[in-house]
Amino acid sequence: MTTESLIGQEVKRVEDQALITGRGRYVDDLRLPGLLHLALVRSPYGHAKINRIDVSAAANAPGVVSVFTGADLAEQLGSLPAGWVLIPEQTGGEPMATPEHPPLAVEKVRYVGDAVAAVVADSPAAASDAVALVDVDYEPLPAVVDAEQATMDGAPEIHEGVANNKSFDWTVAAGDYDAAAAAADVVVSERIVNQRLIPNPMETRGIMADYNGGTEQLTIWTSTQIPHLVRLLFALVTGHPEHKVRVVAPDVGGGFGCKLYLYAEEVIVGMIAKQLERPVKWIESRTENYVATTHGRDHIADAEICGTSDGIVTGLKVHVYANLGGYLSTFAPAIPTILFGLMLGGCYKFENLSCTVAGVFTNTTPVDAYRGAGRPEATYVVERMMERYAHEIGRDVLGVRRRNFIRPFRRGHDMPIGVTYDSGNYQGALAAALDKFDYQAFRQEQRDARREGKLLGVGFSTYIEICGMAPSAVAGALGAGAGLWESSTVRVHPTGTVTVFTGTSPHGQGHETSLAQVTASRLGIPMENIEIVHGDTERHQFGTGTFGSRSLAVGGEALMMSLDKVIEKAKEIAAHEMGVDSKQVSFENGTFYVEDIQEREIPWGDVALGAYHAKNLPDGLEPGLEAVSFFDPQNFTWPFGTHIAVIEIDEMTGETKLNRYVAIDDVGNVINPMIVDGMVHGGIAQGVGQALQECAVYSDDGQLLTGSMMDYAVPTAEDLPSFETGRTVTPTTVNTLGAKGAGETGTIAASPAVVNAAVDALKHLGVTHLNMPLSAEKMWRTIEDAKEARRARRSAAARGGN
Amino acid sequence: MNVEVTITVNGTEHRLQVQPRTLLSTLLRDELDLTGTHVGCDTSSCGACTVLVDGNATKSCTMFAAQADGSSVTTVEGLASNGELHPIQEAFREMHGLQCGFCTPGMMITAVQILERNPSPSEAEIRSGLRGNLCRCTGYHNIVRAVQHAASSAGGA
Amino acid sequence: MTTGTTDPFAYHAPTSVREASQALSRYRGDAKLLAGGHSLIPMMKLRIASPQAIIDLRNVEGLRGITENDDGSITIGAMTTYHELVTSDVINSKAPAIAQAASQVADTQVRNWGTIGGSLAHADPAGDLPAVAVALGMEINSASARSSRSISCDRFFRGYLETALRANEVLTGVTVPAQAEGSGSAYVKLANKASHYAIVGVAASVTIDGGGICTEARIGITGAGPHAIRSRRAERILVGKELTESVINRAAQRGGADIAGMFNDDVHASAEYREAMTKVYTARAVSAAVACADA
Repeated sequence: MTTESLIGQEVKRVEDQALITGRGRYVDDLRLPGLLHLALVRSPYGHAKINRIDVSAAANAPGVVSVFTGADLAEQLGSLPAGWVLIPEQTGGEPMATPEHPPLAVEKVRYVGDAVAAVVADSPAAASDAVALVDVDYEPLPAVVDAEQATMDGAPEIHEGVANNKSFDWTVAAGDYDAAAAAADVVVSERIVNQRLIPNPMETRGIMADYNGGTEQLTIWTSTQIPHLVRLLFALVTGHPEHKVRVVAPDVGGGFGCKLYLYAEEVIVGMIAKQLERPVKWIESRTENYVATTHGRDHIADAEICGTSDGIVTGLKVHVYANLGGYLSTFAPAIPTILFGLMLGGCYKFENLSCTVAGVFTNTTPVDAYRGAGRPEATYVVERMMERYAHEIGRDVLGVRRRNFIRPFRRGHDMPIGVTYDSGNYQGALAAALDKFDYQAFRQEQRDARREGKLLGVGFSTYIEICGMAPSAVAGALGAGAGLWESSTVRVHPTGTVTVFTGTSPHGQGHETSLAQVTASRLGIPMENIEIVHGDTERHQFGTGTFGSRSLAVGGEALMMSLDKVIEKAKEIAAHEMGVDSKQVSFENGTFYVEDIQEREIPWGDVALGAYHAKNLPDGLEPGLEAVSFFDPQNFTWPFGTHIAVIEIDEMTGETKLNRYVAIDDVGNVINPMIVDGMVHGGIAQGVGQALQECAVYSDDGQLLTGSMMDYAVPTAEDLPSFETGRTVTPTTVNTLGAKGAGETGTIAASPAVVNAAVDALKHLGVTHLNMPLSAEKMWRTIEDAKEARRARRSAAARGGN
Repeated sequence: MNVEVTITVNGTEHRLQVQPRTLLSTLLRDELDLTGTHVGCDTSSCGACTVLVDGNATKSCTMFAAQADGSSVTTVEGLASNGELHPIQEAFREMHGLQCGFCTPGMMITAVQILERNPSPSEAEIRSGLRGNLCRCTGYHNIVRAVQHAASSAGGA
Repeated sequence: MTTGTTDPFAYHAPTSVREASQALSRYRGDAKLLAGGHSLIPMMKLRIASPQAIIDLRNVEGLRGITENDDGSITIGAMTTYHELVTSDVINSKAPAIAQAASQVADTQVRNWGTIGGSLAHADPAGDLPAVAVALGMEINSASARSSRSISCDRFFRGYLETALRANEVLTGVTVPAQAEGSGSAYVKLANKASHYAIVGVAASVTIDGGGICTEARIGITGAGPHAIRSRRAERILVGKELTESVINRAAQRGGADIAGMFNDDVHASAEYREAMTKVYTARAVSAAVACADA
C-alpha cells in the first residue's frame, strides 16, 4: 500500500495501545515527590455575603499544611478574564458588563460551588477532612436562577451596578423581519426552552502545579483543551511572566467544551504551588464537577417564523434570554451570540432575520461552550420552527424544507446575515438520508401502529454548522480576545523520521492518528516514522487548541503548510544533489526524482540526512529541515447534513424510546472515516441525551437539584440504539484538505430531530411543541392534557350540536 | 487504626497496612501505582473504576480495600498476558471502541465479564450488561461492536 | 465538597452473627453493617453517612445461599447477591419475581456485590427487593447476640430508611413461603434513568385455582411512597374473581390507594405522576403474574 492512499483510510488509532493497556497518563496519574493535595471549600449558598472565615480549626487539623482564603490571595490571584467582549456596535452602544471574577470569592458568593477557601494537606483525605473544619459565616441573600426572572425589576442584584443582571443585549439582523411578518400569510410563535446541561466528560478536571524558586519556572499540568491559552491567560491574570509558565495537557479524558477556559482552580493551584514552593495537586470530584465546571445551553428563546400559506418561509425572529451563570466564563459571551445568531439562517433562503440576545447573570454555575456551543441552540430553534410552520400550514415537513433550501453551490453562498457559506448541497444530504429511510413506508407503519395504541413519530433535522471560526481579524473585530488561527511545526530528523508539533490539543479526537495520516501521505513515509506532539507549551509553538471542530480544518491546514515548506526545501537540496534545477524535481511516495531521468532519484531519508550533514547544500541555504506555519483561514467552514429520528412513546406511561437514528453528514473530505463516524456517534448520543433525558435543575434558591450522576441522566448503552450513519462529500474551499470539521454535527442535529419526532407522534392529539427533555412524566402529561382537551372540544361540539 | 490487607493483583501478592477508609481504587492507584483504573465519579455510577475481584466485575471505588482482603484482583494492566493483548483489548482497538480512553479500562473489564457469562450475547444483552459503565465519547456504538467482535473472534478460535 | 473520601471509621469483620450483634451494641447505634455496601459506601463518600464503625458481614458464616426447604419454602441468606438470585434455578422457577427484581437492580457490577439482606435492611424507598418481599409475603429473619426471630414483611418496613430491626439485630436472611399450585409472580418497574432506582416498581403474586379464580393476591409497591407498601385495596378486588383484563384494570385503579397522601414528590417525578404510574404498573405486574401462573 502506498502511503498516498492513507487519506480516507480507516487507519486504526495509534493512541490506543497505551489507552487499552492502562498506560494512559491523565493528570491524576501523575506524581511528584513531596506532592501536596488541595481541596476547596465551596459555597453551599446560591447567593450570600461572606461575613467572616475562620480557618483555625482546619489549619490545625492533622496533615494540613496551609489554608488560604480569597482575602489572603486576592492580590496574587487577580480576576478571571472575559475572553470575548462583545462590541458596542452589536450591543446597542452599551458596553458589555464584565464584572470582576475573583478565583477565590472575597466578599460575596454568587453560586453554589463558588470557591471561598483552599486547604492544602499531605493527602487528599486529610485535605477533604479539613474542608469541613473551615468555618464560613455566610449571610444568605435572595437568589435568582432563571435568566428571564433575573432581568425583571426587583430581582436580586448579583453584580454591583449591573442593571437587571444583564451583561449585554446583543443584536443581529438581516432584511426587515417586521415588514415580512406584516406581509406574511402565516406567523407562528413559540417559546422554545433549551435546557441547561452538564457536560460530563468522563475525566473530571484535575490540575497539578510545581514551582522551582531557583528558576522561577512554574509548571501546570491541567486537563484542558487549550494549554497555550491557559498559559497566556494565567500570565495576564497573575502577572507571572508567560515565558516562566509551562502548561501541559497530558492525556485528557474528554472535554466537550467544558475544558476550554482559564478556570479559577488553575490560578489557585498554580499560585499556591508558587507560594509554598511545593508541588500541589487538585482533582475535582464528580459532585464538585457538577457545580464547579461550566454548564451548557440554558436558553429561553421566543421564536417567531413567518411565511406564505403554501410553504415559503419569509422570516425568522428570535429573542433569547441566555443564562450566563454567576460570572462570565472565558468564552461565555460568544456562545449565545456569534455562534448562535449567525447560524439562524439555516440552510434556507429566507432573507429577513431578527435576533436579540440578553446575556444574563444568575446564581448558577457559569455557562459556556458545551459540544456545539450556540449552534445546537440555533439549529434547534430553526429546525423546530420549520416543522412548527409546516404543521401550521398543513404541509409535509420535507416538502416545506425542499421549497426553502438554498440551491446546491460549490464556491460560496452569501447569506443575508453577512456570512458566506463555503459549499453546500442540502438536497443531496436529504436525498441520501431518504435512501436509508423509507419515509412513505414509515407513514404507513405509523398509522398501523396508532391503531394498535402505539405512538410512533419521525423527526428530521436538515442542519448546518459553523466550524473553524475565522479569520482572526473578523473574530477580533467581533470581540474575540484571542486569534483563531492554528499552528504547526514539522521537524524532520536526520534519519528522515518526523516529529509534528501541532497547536491543536486533542482529548479523544485521534489527532495523533489523523495528522499522522496526513503527514505520511504527503511525505510518503510510514506512519510509524511520525510522531505527533501536542499539549505542551514548552515543546511547541503557540497554538490555539481544540474546540469548535476546528482541528483538521484549521490545524490540519497549518500542518499542510509546514509540510509544503519542508518539501520545498528538501527539493532544493535534492536538486542540488542531482545537479538539476529544483523546479525539475518531483516528489512522490517518499522519493525525489526528475521526470524522464530514471537514475536521478533520491529517497526522502537521504535528503533529510543531507540537510543536517550540510556538506553539500545549495549556496545560501540554511542547514536543517524544519518548518513552522500559522494558518488563519479566510472563512468558516459550514458542514451540513440530514438526521432522521424515529421514536416510540408508551401512551400509558409516556416513556419515550429512540427506535432508529439515521445520520447523513457532509463534513467535506474525510481523512479517517472510522474516526469521523466515531465523532458522529458520540455527538448523536449527546444530542439524544439532551432531547430525552438530560437536564440540570436548580431550586429557586440556587441549589442544584440534579447534583450527581444519580440524579442527572447521562445516557447509558441501554438508552441508545445503534446508529445508521453515512456521508455525502462536498469539499470546502477554505482549506486545501477540503475538510470541514466533524466533532459536533451529531449534537447539533440530534436534539431537533428527536423532538420533531416526538411532536410528530403526538400531532394527531393537537400537540405542536414540546420542551426538552422528553421525560416520561412530561410526555405522559402532554398526552393526558391533549386527551382532556380533545374530550372538552368534543363535548363542546356535542353541546353546540344540540 | 490501620487494617492489614493481603491482596493478589494481576498475579502478584501484596501485603499492605491501610486506613479502613481506603477504597480498593485508592489502594490500586496510590499504593500499587496501577493508574489504569480510573475514578470518574463518587456515586458508584460511572464504572470507570471497574476491576475483577475474584472474577466479579466490581466498582473498585465502592469497595473498601479491607473488603478485598484475601481476594484476587485483575485490573486493566493485567488483561494482556505474555505481551499478547486480551481479545477484548484487540477488539476495542479494531472496532474503534474508545476515544478519550478514560472509561475504557472499566468498560473492557465489564465486557470481559459479560462475555465470560454469555459468550454470544445479543446487542440488547450487551447494552444492558454495559449499563453500569458510562462513556461520553462514543455513543456506545463502537463499544457494542467491539464486544460483538470479541465474542465472534472468541467463537472462531 | 470532598474528593470522594469517607470520614474515618473503625473496621470490623466478625465471623459470627453473635459477634456482629455485639459490635452493634458496643457502638450504640453508630455502627453500620456492611453487606455489599453499594448503598452505604456512596453515602459515606458524600459524607451523608459517617458511622463510627463498619461491621463487615463478609466473613460471617451461614449468611449465604439459597435453600429450598421440605415444605416448599425457600430460605435465602442475607449475603446472597443479586447475581446469585438472578442465576438461581430455584428462584427462577419458584419465585421469578425475585429474579426479575434482582436483574433490574442497578448494573452488572452492583449486582455482583449487592445483597438481598443489604437491600431489605437499608430499606431504600425506591429499592426493588422490598416490593418483592412484600408481594411474596417473605419472613425476614434476624438475630441478635442472644435471640433470633422472624418478622413478617408486612410489619418490616416502617418508614423512610426505617425497618423493624432493633439496633443490635442482624438481618440473617429471608424465608419465602411456599407458593401454592397455580401461583405466579412478577416485578415490573419504571426506572429512574440516572440512578436506575424505581420511580415506581410493582411486584405482584397471584394464586389461581383450577376454576380460574384468584384465591390469593399480594401486591408490593416501591418507589412511590416512603417505603415499600402493600397494596391491600387492590388485592381485595382481585381475590375471588377471574382475573380478566377488566378486573385487573379495576384493581390497578386502586393500586395506589394504600399510599394516598404519601406519594413521593421530587425532581425525578411528581406525586401525581407516581400515583398514575402506580396504577399502570400495578396492572402490568398483575398481568405478568397471571401469565406466569398460567405458564
